[in-house]
Amino acid sequence: MNEILKELAYCVESGKIDKASPYPPALKGKNGADELAKEALDNGIKPDQILEHALIPAMAVVGDRFSKKEIYVPQMLMSAKAMNSAMKHLKPFFQSGETKRKGKFIVGTVAGDLHDIGKNLVAMMIEGGGWEVIDLGVDVGTEKFLKAVEENPGAVIGLSALLTTTMENMKKTVAALKAKHSELKILVGGAPVTQEYCDKIGADFFSPDPQGAVDYLKQFAG
Amino acid sequence: MKTFLKGKNTEVIINTEGPVIIIGESINPTRRKRLVTTLQENDFTYVFELAENQIRAGADVLDVNVGFPGVDDVRLLPDVVVAIGEKFDIPLCLDSPNPKAIEAALKVSAGKCLINSVNGKEESMTALLPVARDFGAAIIGLCMDDEGITNDPEKRLAIAEKIIERAVRTGLRAEDVIIDPLAMAVSAEPQACIIAAETIRLIHQKLGHNITMGASNISFGLPNREDINSAFMAIAIMNGLTCPIANPEKIAGLVHATDLVLGRDDYAIRFIEHYQSTL
Repeated sequence: MNEILKELAYCVESGKIDKASPYPPALKGKNGADELAKEALDNGIKPDQILEHALIPAMAVVGDRFSKKEIYVPQMLMSAKAMNSAMKHLKPFFQSGETKRKGKFIVGTVAGDLHDIGKNLVAMMIEGGGWEVIDLGVDVGTEKFLKAVEENPGAVIGLSALLTTTMENMKKTVAALKAKHSELKILVGGAPVTQEYCDKIGADFFSPDPQGAVDYLKQFAG
Repeated sequence: MKTFLKGKNTEVIINTEGPVIIIGESINPTRRKRLVTTLQENDFTYVFELAENQIRAGADVLDVNVGFPGVDDVRLLPDVVVAIGEKFDIPLCLDSPNPKAIEAALKVSAGKCLINSVNGKEESMTALLPVARDFGAAIIGLCMDDEGITNDPEKRLAIAEKIIERAVRTGLRAEDVIIDPLAMAVSAEPQACIIAAETIRLIHQKLGHNITMGASNISFGLPNREDINSAFMAIAIMNGLTCPIANPEKIAGLVHATDLVLGRDDYAIRFIEHYQSTL
């Protein structure tokens, strides 16, 4: 594999955002994900190569380490920031259609629930998996989900709930979405959510960690 | 400022000058599958076990949350409140997003409860403040409103003021509004604890109200959570936190130690008594 892509992947894995970022100390003063992504493009490496051979595998490593509790939320957020600083150089190619993403993923925390960390981690990991993510935020009512689904045909949807008292709203949203769009794939997650609950409310997939969601989405990739 | 709560007979005084009062958090279905399965069968033995363990560990008030998917909490919350009231003489903190469940529980409660919680949203204040007034309950006022959650301590203070002002206008006593400054996870926002600590300081100094806080959220997403919670708890208490919602089995010793080092426990009597009670 190309050296620049190797370095870029390492920067994403270790949360080296740009030249100025202090972590990890071993890379002090060296180029980070921001500079390396630009350098890769300047060297004629295609955006989809950068995505496929640096960002996606690096984020998969990050997701795997998080699942094994080798790293924690702040480290995962640093990696996500590094990924974003590389991704911003690829955005013009996504917009022009020159580089295709794998599909669209709509994500939000259900009504009455303001917890955003888990939802954000999933959004970042899925974006890092090559998907376009439409993040509706927190305390998202069923109507807002429905509107987003209608605006983005073919999108997969993810619902987060962190409270036993808001899981009921997850159930309501799943029921309303499935009633109108029976073909829609819905992923659910959050601390109190279980496989059993996922089955009961008619959602399609549950994962206790973000990487599980990324892996599940692979079968729908365009 | 003093806020009085009451069980059947026992009165608990939450005083802005301290000592710290612990609101036990454990009667809550999050991460307690057994609580859900037993409650679904109308079996309250596990609720009693959680109550007893927390009281023994130093809880002064018990938070009661029986919200889980499919539950009829308008029926269950009052049932649990009555059942706890028959066995234990301790004030309760009624924890539900459903105002109807809160009202139903207040109707059957013997003492003076705390409502967890009212926030600055118009809908929340309209639904709960008259209920609190009619049943003589105290409330927790959560520093968020229709705009969501702000990271600006001054803005959180303004929301606290708004809730207090509205509560007094509705007919509650000012001291019956305990403010929750909101504590977010430090794993996602490095300034989260300092924002909460500064909000606590502002509320304590400018409004002089009692202050509560869900104390374990701050360490979400990190290892060794108890150390983080302890570090923050001591700072928060120094700034004006008076009645954290936490697990007394984990924080009672720390809370007593903090009161001691803040000069609120002459001759270390409470610290020593608590220590000896754990032997």
